[in-house]
Amino acid sequence: MKGNEALAEAAIRSGCRHFFGYPITPQTEVAAYMAKRMPKIGGTYLQAESEIAAINMVYGAASAGVRAMTSSSSPGISLKSEGISYIAGADLPCLIINVQRGGPGLGGIQPSQADYWQATRATGHGDFHVLVFAPSTIQEMVDLVGMAFEKADAYRMPAMILADGMLGQMMEPVSFPEEAAEVKTVAKPWATNGHEGKRAHNIVNSLYLKPDQLEKTIIDRFQRYETIKATEARAEEYLVEDAEIVLVAYGATARIVKSAVNTAREMGIRAGMIRPITLWPYPVKNIQKAAETAKHFLCVEMSMGQMVDDVRLAVNGKRPVDFFGHTGGVIPAPGEVLEKIKAIAGGAK
Amino acid sequence: MALQNILLAGFGGQGILFAGKVAAYAGLMDGKEVSWLPSYGPEMRGGTANCSVCISDEPIGSPLVLAPGALLAMNIQSYDKFIDAVIPGGVAVIDSTLVDKKCSRTDITCVYVPATALANEKDLAGLANIILLGTLLKHTGFAAEAAVEKALSKCVPPKKQHLLEPNMRAIRLGMDY
Repeated sequence: MKGNEALAEAAIRSGCRHFFGYPITPQTEVAAYMAKRMPKIGGTYLQAESEIAAINMVYGAASAGVRAMTSSSSPGISLKSEGISYIAGADLPCLIINVQRGGPGLGGIQPSQADYWQATRATGHGDFHVLVFAPSTIQEMVDLVGMAFEKADAYRMPAMILADGMLGQMMEPVSFPEEAAEVKTVAKPWATNGHEGKRAHNIVNSLYLKPDQLEKTIIDRFQRYETIKATEARAEEYLVEDAEIVLVAYGATARIVKSAVNTAREMGIRAGMIRPITLWPYPVKNIQKAAETAKHFLCVEMSMGQMVDDVRLAVNGKRPVDFFGHTGGVIPAPGEVLEKIKAIAGGAK
Repeated sequence: MALQNILLAGFGGQGILFAGKVAAYAGLMDGKEVSWLPSYGPEMRGGTANCSVCISDEPIGSPLVLAPGALLAMNIQSYDKFIDAVIPGGVAVIDSTLVDKKCSRTDITCVYVPATALANEKDLAGLANIILLGTLLKHTGFAAEAAVEKALSKCVPPKKQHLLEPNMRAIRLGMDY
């Protein structure tokens, strides 16, 4: 199954019945799949007039307490950023998919990871975070969509799947959770879904004109973020235990890096890899632990070096952190990564 | 089985992506790990199209095939671009109706099949891709023959089942060539 289609099917199986989107390469198959499936299962598929309209429809649907989502690619996510900020400010759960392409501007349509800063630092204006999940296989796309909806509901905040054009376009075998499997949902007593005279009416809002009141809502939200940082960070460690050189990569790039690590091992170089699965919260502890034993870090991305900031923050000057990457839609080759590993290994001797 | 990295390349419309899909599905039928990665974008509208297929016992690392063990080339541009990338000991299956060049490399096996002409002659127009896939199957054994047949039944959509038989014939034609 194609990555984009797998994302859509996984969302449906996670109980999502409200999709609002606008086409853009390389994620259009998400919307196309939803357009085909949603009407058959009593869901809503709506192609909005723009990305901005789509995210605001998500805002509305999420306010009513239903699982709602949108998907786009880099330039479209920038357009959605205002809406994402409002959704975060109103403490609403939703899912946003970004199948990244080259930027800035219209950029290109080939795979990229240049929206890392945007996803983890500034998805919109104001003090807030969104949960960011980074799958590296089609199967993981399926698994993380379910988790993203669950965590978004649990913490009342937007979640993002940060994929890229390679993952969106490629096909791999996947298995889905049983259709009958129960969708884990939480009660949403805050939802504006009609009080029927049985309770006081709910208000969903992100406007607080009194500074002290606004500050309090933000501080409360950041206390939740602390819990999330302590409990929700996820990463895969691959041959890290005895590694002298630890590579850090996420998403499609991690697959390329894994190939390079395997070849390096065959050559007798003790390389390993940490693959962050959540980008926010960042798996700081995995990096910190590795920094105790590893001699050198190498971060590989399809960007000019964005996640490397988080690696450096976690390593905190203990070990050298190098970066290697391509950007603009150029995909790093395992051979190039291997050359970097060899250069570091040679220098370490 | 060792990792089988296949690169299929030609013009948009020749069925490059479809042939790749059949190869990937065949691997899946054999119980292997597989991946299929297309080039996407304006290529679909008549430019060059290519796709990477990986078949392996191990989970697939990079799905992008830069150094193919097997190349299927259906136009000159793709032949020129990728023939030197084929790994030593690899196989290149070339549609000689469309590529009038001969490879000078001695470290790879080049098989020239006038697939487009053959397809037209045998009432299989549009199935040069599958003929070449049959030849590729014979020379690389990327999957069991039965698996390829099963894959074809999967990949030919239900509404176009009448095309299954010609596809099967095309595979056999390619294998016997």
